[in-house]
Amino acid sequence: MADYCKMWESLGINLEAHDQLLNAIPPIYQQIFLDQINRPQAMSYFDMVVMEIHGLRIQELQEHKAKGGAVVGSFCVYVPEEIVLAAGGLNVGLCAGAEIGFDEAEKILPRNLCPLIKSAFGFKMSRVCPYFESCDLIVGENTCDGKKKAWEIMTEDVVPVYTMDIPQVKSEKGKELWLDEVKKFKEKMEEVSGKKIEVDELAKAIKLVNDKRRALQRLSNLRKNKPSPISGRDALLIEEIAFYDDNPRFIEKVNVLCDELEERIEKGEGSKKDAPRVMISGCPMVIPNWKLPFIIESSGASLVCEESCTGQRYFEDLVAEDGGSVGAQLEAIADRYLKIDCSCFTPNQERIDNIVKLAKEFEVDGVIYNVLQFCDPYAVEYRRVEKALEKEGISVLRIETDYGQEDSGQIKTRVEAFVEMIS
Amino acid sequence: MKFAGIDVGSRTIALAVLDENDDMEYVIVDTGHQPLKICKELLREREFSGLIATGYGRHMVHAEFADDVITEIKAFALGAKALHPSCRTILDIGGQDTKAISIDADGGVKDFEMNDRCAAGTGKFLEVMAKALSYEIEDIGGAALSAPKPVKINSMCTVFAESEVTSLIARGEARENIALGLHQAICERTGSMLKRVGIVEGLVFAGGVAKNVCMQKLLKRKLGVNLLIPKEPQIVGALGAALYAKKS
Repeated sequence: MADYCKMWESLGINLEAHDQLLNAIPPIYQQIFLDQINRPQAMSYFDMVVMEIHGLRIQELQEHKAKGGAVVGSFCVYVPEEIVLAAGGLNVGLCAGAEIGFDEAEKILPRNLCPLIKSAFGFKMSRVCPYFESCDLIVGENTCDGKKKAWEIMTEDVVPVYTMDIPQVKSEKGKELWLDEVKKFKEKMEEVSGKKIEVDELAKAIKLVNDKRRALQRLSNLRKNKPSPISGRDALLIEEIAFYDDNPRFIEKVNVLCDELEERIEKGEGSKKDAPRVMISGCPMVIPNWKLPFIIESSGASLVCEESCTGQRYFEDLVAEDGGSVGAQLEAIADRYLKIDCSCFTPNQERIDNIVKLAKEFEVDGVIYNVLQFCDPYAVEYRRVEKALEKEGISVLRIETDYGQEDSGQIKTRVEAFVEMIS
Repeated sequence: MKFAGIDVGSRTIALAVLDENDDMEYVIVDTGHQPLKICKELLREREFSGLIATGYGRHMVHAEFADDVITEIKAFALGAKALHPSCRTILDIGGQDTKAISIDADGGVKDFEMNDRCAAGTGKFLEVMAKALSYEIEDIGGAALSAPKPVKINSMCTVFAESEVTSLIARGEARENIALGLHQAICERTGSMLKRVGIVEGLVFAGGVAKNVCMQKLLKRKLGVNLLIPKEPQIVGALGAALYAKKS
């Protein structure tokens, strides 16, 4: 790896703590990813991206900034990347997937809070995330209670957050509110970049983000084959990388991988043939939170689908590409994003129906419902998911956990027993 | 031809050995702080045609001696069905976890529930409370049965419940009454876990806590079904593993 110390120093990174973080990743990555046998060769690109997670990509962001481009950090699949790109900016999903800086975060946040929110604060407050430090704008959103309250505190005590309001109900009034928020975000991006968003740039951005979604949809569809040509954790890794990699390069590399996977399908290569097929449903799994997928796959199941923000919710549905004016384009963007079936909406029948639909399409033998501790929306919505799956005769196991490793043994027992049960 | 199952639990390690006629011999020892060493001693100079490991230490034993592993859930289903052929529901309260399992008529696991990271309402919980009340673990059940009037215990967390017990003692509450209240609290929690998997007649109660006379009585009353209690409730998992060894 090149020497990035100067760059990190100039970003104000705490080098000592940052070293500890970077040193922790390779052994975990080796065990979870590199030790898999018969991996697709095209995964080597994504391995490189992870190894360079705080290096090459950060350098690219600095080069982009040097040319006058803005960097926007966000935490949620509701923030429309198209608008950031059309303003000449780049959008990155910020680090929130590890137990980093919790001691700092807990000084200003309650202990019993979702680990994703605590982690976002922890990374910023302990100054170990060069993505965070590269941002010209941090965008939060009023999704769950934890987040919307946390942004107030982040703004007051840590760093200003621009917050998008998300309706709770997808009514006509809700749609109006959301369209208005999308328009305001466009104005905000014009202010941050000093550049007016024009119809051609926005059309290009819509096409580019759609292409990213199409590539991820292609990858997802290939996993419907029996056996799946790629392990679930490799596919999840790609879904995670989608949040921060260079779009054109990422799209190309995902398609190269898909070409290889098609060859593997021809030859019948992939996961073990008799392995039961499992879908994960629920909360996001943010880099490097690979705990549950790894336990599932090392218990003998094949993970074939992620009903999650790091998964289907990120790339389902496209933005209509035929808007002839900025106004029409913004409406098309608002329409697409409001289709996202996050559990913060009520009622949320779309999600229940979608889970059943995905379970059937991917021919899963069971669903593992993943709840991050203290995530009320997903935890409470479980009851309706469980009932809908039961009606279809599909087994489901609910796992509630955080980023700590101390409950891995108990989770492994339950997941193994679930795999025995559905085998 | 002998087949064996070893159940490496958090508090005890059980070894069950089956011969050609399915006659079983068994050993139960404390897990201690060096479970692998204890397993080695237990298995020394014994030869089996198959050995299957289960329990929380199953993978550790598998790496060293066992042919394969099955989870406690599957092991309990197999063992309980063999001991009580009418079994359709299983409750196991062990040292560190509680399991509720529902099985179909052929003994296959239909559904299960387990406590997650904390040991609330398990054998360990009772042990800590027995100590706080100066009882031996064997005696706390009998003492609770003799209590005239239970005290309501609100905490299920082992740490919180212990301080609750301490403050009840300080208030001058009779220890029998506190003991009964603790048993009732476990019974409530276990009852809802069982209801989530569905209670079908033919309920086998296994694990160390199944020996507790107060738990037996309270559960029977709360659930309204007869409890089938194996003669040695701590051997069910090891027997299930031995049966699996024989079958494969």
